[in-house]
Amino acid sequence: MKNAAHLALDAASVGGVSYADARAVSIRNRSLTTKNGRVGHASGSESLGIGVRVIAEGAWGFAASADLSRAAVEAAAARAVEVARASARVKRENVRLALEPAAVAEWTTPYKVDPFTTSVEQNLDLLLKVDAEMRAVAGVTLAETGMNFLREESWFLSSEGSDIHQTKYSTGAGYTAYAFAGSEIQKRSYPNSFGGQWQNRGYELIEEMKLVENARRVAEEAVALHQAEQCPEGTATIILDGSQLGLQIHESIGHPIELDRVLGMEANFAGTSFLTLEKLGHLRYGSELVNVVADARQEHGPGLGTFAYDDEGVAAQSTPIITNGRFTGYLSSRETAHTIGAVRSGGTLRAEGWNRLPMIRMTNVSILPGEKPLSLEQLIAATDDGIYMETNKSWSIDDKRYNFQFGCEIAWEIKNGKRVRMLKNPSYSGITTEFWNSMDAICSRDEWALWGTPNCGKGQPQQVVGTGHGASPARFRNIRVGSAYS
Amino acid sequence: MLTKEQSADIFDRIRRFSSADEVEAIFTGSRFALTRFANNTIHQNVEEENSIVSIRTNFAGRTARATTNQFDDESLRRAVTASEKLARVQVADPDLLPMPTAEEADSEDPLADKIVRATRFFEETAAIAPADRAEVVKRIVSVAGKHKLTTAGICSNSESRDGIFNSRGLANWHHQTMAEISITMLADDSSGWQKSNSPDVANLDPVRLAETAAQKAVESAHPREIAPGKYNVILEPAAVLDIVGFMFWDFGGVAILDQRSFLNDRIGTKLFGENINIWDDAAHPLQAGSPFDGEGMRRQRVQLVENGVVKRVVYARATPQKMKNSEYAAKVGPIEPTGHGFPLPNEMGEMPMNIVFGASEDPGSVEKMIALTERGVLVTRLWYIREVDPYEKIVTGMTRDGTFLVEKGKVQCGVRNFRFNQSLISMLSNVEAMSAPVRACGEESFDMVVPATKVREFNFTEATKF
Repeated sequence: MKNAAHLALDAASVGGVSYADARAVSIRNRSLTTKNGRVGHASGSESLGIGVRVIAEGAWGFAASADLSRAAVEAAAARAVEVARASARVKRENVRLALEPAAVAEWTTPYKVDPFTTSVEQNLDLLLKVDAEMRAVAGVTLAETGMNFLREESWFLSSEGSDIHQTKYSTGAGYTAYAFAGSEIQKRSYPNSFGGQWQNRGYELIEEMKLVENARRVAEEAVALHQAEQCPEGTATIILDGSQLGLQIHESIGHPIELDRVLGMEANFAGTSFLTLEKLGHLRYGSELVNVVADARQEHGPGLGTFAYDDEGVAAQSTPIITNGRFTGYLSSRETAHTIGAVRSGGTLRAEGWNRLPMIRMTNVSILPGEKPLSLEQLIAATDDGIYMETNKSWSIDDKRYNFQFGCEIAWEIKNGKRVRMLKNPSYSGITTEFWNSMDAICSRDEWALWGTPNCGKGQPQQVVGTGHGASPARFRNIRVGSAYS
Repeated sequence: MLTKEQSADIFDRIRRFSSADEVEAIFTGSRFALTRFANNTIHQNVEEENSIVSIRTNFAGRTARATTNQFDDESLRRAVTASEKLARVQVADPDLLPMPTAEEADSEDPLADKIVRATRFFEETAAIAPADRAEVVKRIVSVAGKHKLTTAGICSNSESRDGIFNSRGLANWHHQTMAEISITMLADDSSGWQKSNSPDVANLDPVRLAETAAQKAVESAHPREIAPGKYNVILEPAAVLDIVGFMFWDFGGVAILDQRSFLNDRIGTKLFGENINIWDDAAHPLQAGSPFDGEGMRRQRVQLVENGVVKRVVYARATPQKMKNSEYAAKVGPIEPTGHGFPLPNEMGEMPMNIVFGASEDPGSVEKMIALTERGVLVTRLWYIREVDPYEKIVTGMTRDGTFLVEKGKVQCGVRNFRFNQSLISMLSNVEAMSAPVRACGEESFDMVVPATKVREFNFTEATKF
């Protein structure tokens, strides 16, 4: 594989080419699901290939091939140069890359148990136990479980001398119980929707999640929702659990800080951003309690956005995004760094596989926990009148990332510091900056978890990558609730 | 990219490597190119070529799949072994059928396949080069310059080959091209959008699309904020397909059996307005895609909704028997395989993905709908649509890239974008007028043949800041 990358670089070293890099990637996947006591699907996949990126005549070109023979790799490199020269026909200025020292490195995701060494029997046995626990609850009409492993090994070589070999592992698992009765379908998921919890770890993640232990409770909640009152419509104090807050961060902070969106490069599909350049350092994004970082380093945790180097050879970094409520940073790349006066990329360029062009993606965009000890139960106890919402059910936000609406699977009304009754179909909506400025409490480190969002789509052709979001439960005042059913 | 003959040779090797009772191989190959532009410049430009074989093995009711994009003996052996290992450890599924024979899969009119193949591959589309795409972008940028706008979008072309072979003699093959253009025109506080695709690039007119997108951007400048509420809404075809696409996941037999469909207990009832007729028809001249499903079965033409009544759902091969044995058998209409299955094994079963809306008796135009509207909203495009309630089929989302106030029969001005929370059941019960159906494409759903529609009491619940 590495030899293919060398071949590609050599073939791309022709007149007019000022920069080239090649990523040879080998991907392996295992995907298992069950449904109502049977295997839903059992599949494995392997994908190998190489992507070649060049700047010729000041413009970008990219070509990819699954054929790793010398002739095919050289043809892909030549194609990338031809594509770049075509790009140069419609350009306003030459591509400028921020300087980056060449890196020579080896890195592998730290893990205890390589998930691919576990047996399929073991995996399915666990999922079927969970499935049986859920179906033991009267009223459950559909029980679904899933488990996924991914191993991605890549060799990145650049014309500037970088030579980086990385192997990343991702693991995920979760389940959902559905209950259809009368004119309603209700569901509950564990430990999160979107297939559960996902991290860059080994099988130890599965073993720590207490999947079987929580299955009956979750299924009972799905059935109990049919007897619950509808979430009221109006203005309320809300408390969000960590997983929902993670998605709130993803949509209303993570996407708008992508510098390519800000610069209009995603205007046709993903959209633009309300965070125009003059707001950097000035905008009051949230309350004083809001501190957000984009951190790809291992020390932040094993998130889906954790790596040693991004896909253009820039070392993992931590960028302050919101500091005591003030907007302080974007997600940037070598091409875009100069637009914010930065001398170096923030190291966020990532691609889905070998056949896609790397683009700015969230790493681990996380809200930092509160400094004073505060558990979720203490936060609820300190709330006179509010609604506690858990686990995402629907999510939507406009193309500049101002107006959002989220639905959750379940909620509880809080009166005088106590959960007094379950509520079904909870939803809340608002405007991004107004929402984050209304945050008046956030739980401390003990409640903080690094959640994985495995399905973030962006780009044309669309690429799906995983992102990480650390969060602990937090409280927000004067939030519009219930409008999804108005 | 693999040819049918090369794929057949690979399948012979796979069969030799396998000890399974039955073997199936799905081949997917594509040569894909996309030129992306923003800020009136090409900023991304990519080409790729890939071929995949996905191998399914069966052992007496146990089945699994493994996929590779390498075709040397070692890689194929590894994929076969992986598939067999995944299959062998399972408990046998009594509902798993033997793989279909060629006769079973092709039980419909054999000529239909030839017609489809003849009209979905175009040499001119396959032959488009990077310089050709750059020339198209240059013309789009020129339109933007003429109107003092900034443009962003894509110009792409692809050639794809899809085949399915199994050890019972099935060997189906489909060869297709696709060209696509999507254009956003941006002004200081407004935008406009157009998108079109076709297997034949001759059906695309980039300058016309660019001019229309530019006109929308110009005419929606300085948008007014109007109060959310229930409005008469004229949805252009892309907006229609993106919102209605969310209900077709529920038009399958397994969705009914799983009790996750909004059609639970509703098939045979008049759920929508009298003017709503919906087919799934892979052979329709404005449709694209393969004529066979994930098991190789021919996709049949099925009427899903007739005069507002949901008549039936679609089926993969194995679902009909499960349905017949279920408590729902008497109330779901015709129960038979229709050629709409996903590749096995899967949890979802089947789904109609070649939707064609029926024309109304007196199809109008968007212009006529505007002329007959006292007060309403014209919507170019919808965005970030997600399901809020699975049984009432309430979906939420935003308007985008050209939202206009219509008063007294005329477009008056652009308006700030709205969030909607709208039941699809209610929406399709309130359709006042439709244009002739056209091939449309969006971003939230698969391509369809749909009309522009005028809908009463469309539920806008909030407005955003732009």
